[in-house]
Amino acid sequence: MPENASALQLVFSADPALLAIVKLSLAVSLSAVACAALVGLPFGAFVALTRFPGREAVIVTLNALMGLPPVVVGLAVYLLLSRSGPLGSWGLLFTPQAMVIAQTMLVTPIIVALARQTIEDLAAEYRDELAAMNVGPLGRVATLIWDARFSLVTALLAGFGRAAAEVGAIIIVGGNIDGFTRTMTTAIALETSKGDLALAVGLGLVLIGIVVIVNALAWAVRRAGEAFAE
Amino acid sequence: MNIMRAPTTDLPILLDHVSFVAGSVTIVDNVSLAFSPGAPTILIGPNGAGKTTLLRLLMGLIRPSRGRLTWGGREGVTPARCAIVFQRPAMLRRSAAGNILYALAAAGVPRGKRATRCTELLDMVGLAALAGRPARKLSGGEQQRLALARALAKDPAVLFLDEPTASLDPAATKAIEDIVRAVAARGIKVVMSTHDLGEARRLAGDVVLLHRGCVIESAPALSFFTAPRTDEARKFAAGELLI
Repeated sequence: MPENASALQLVFSADPALLAIVKLSLAVSLSAVACAALVGLPFGAFVALTRFPGREAVIVTLNALMGLPPVVVGLAVYLLLSRSGPLGSWGLLFTPQAMVIAQTMLVTPIIVALARQTIEDLAAEYRDELAAMNVGPLGRVATLIWDARFSLVTALLAGFGRAAAEVGAIIIVGGNIDGFTRTMTTAIALETSKGDLALAVGLGLVLIGIVVIVNALAWAVRRAGEAFAE
Repeated sequence: MNIMRAPTTDLPILLDHVSFVAGSVTIVDNVSLAFSPGAPTILIGPNGAGKTTLLRLLMGLIRPSRGRLTWGGREGVTPARCAIVFQRPAMLRRSAAGNILYALAAAGVPRGKRATRCTELLDMVGLAALAGRPARKLSGGEQQRLALARALAKDPAVLFLDEPTASLDPAATKAIEDIVRAVAARGIKVVMSTHDLGEARRLAGDVVLLHRGCVIESAPALSFFTAPRTDEARKFAAGELLI
């Protein structure tokens, strides 16, 4: 990284150090969203479409977990993965995989809660029609997920926004190791404390750009959905 | 247009002292009726008379709390040859054609025949020009016609209609009534609820007057409107309020 380079120079010259950090950040956050989607979408559909004892408590808990403090998640994952923790033998602490686990724990409740609400609302709307058409349980689930796809993609994008912007969890379980577990948010925190504001601002600009792109995508997806939903 | 119809299996529909209770409220009270092939049967009565609940019972969407309900002699089954159009039908988040194609697939129509049947049904309800439009962007009357076409995709022997013209303007109402006549002319038994006396006069072969969950009078339309047997029916036929 050139000495005394400005933030914009770093961004527009595609500085290798900056690019490596951006690349790792995207890899970690996208992996976390993919893992959270694999767990969250089916679980959200399950909670939306089934009735079981304690369901209300599950919904309240899921909604509460959407506001889970990242540092608490980081601490929990740290305790799980530390040498003396139950999963310490896996040797994952201070690796990108540990960061994916932490972000997955943060994002999953968001995806579950939003998917549950979306599918439950649609199920209430479609219930009589699908029953009258003699659509079976599997067919109903497939129909609801397909027809709710635009809202579900928005839920995934909301999860990605949460993952990409968080710092508390991954700095604890990743350790902010240069070239290995340093992401945009942890690097910004570190470089700011060191006084290297050019890199911090450059990364901040890229992060804001990503957030804007994610929101633009969410908006475009919603507009596409409204073409059929309104 | 030729819509092939399988043999009737769900008729006659017989209700033998059927009641439906929700919580502590009896919504349908000790109703005995028979629905056989023939001209449309119109369920009339004021709001809250139990028309919608009776249609949901007839469609097998809810079970009687008491009494016996059979379709073609079978009890406790899901009637395969019955279809329903709800008062406020939910449009699937697809095009008009997509809604019908979905219903055809749900009805087990082979994939190769769906496009042709879809076109026939859209033609029948006058929506061929709107086939590609998102169903939720159609007007209220168009959505009702699409719901009718979607119900007919099931190739029903019995079609239940729950106040299909409520809140529609006269032109949209006429379009629906024309389709109902065409459907009845094809031999499909129509059972339709309304609180519009004029509509009942225009469409009914038989009339069932419901009030507070009970059948007040059940008779051929001509005798119901010209020689009602009960005070309630006389009042209702005369256009007086039945409270």
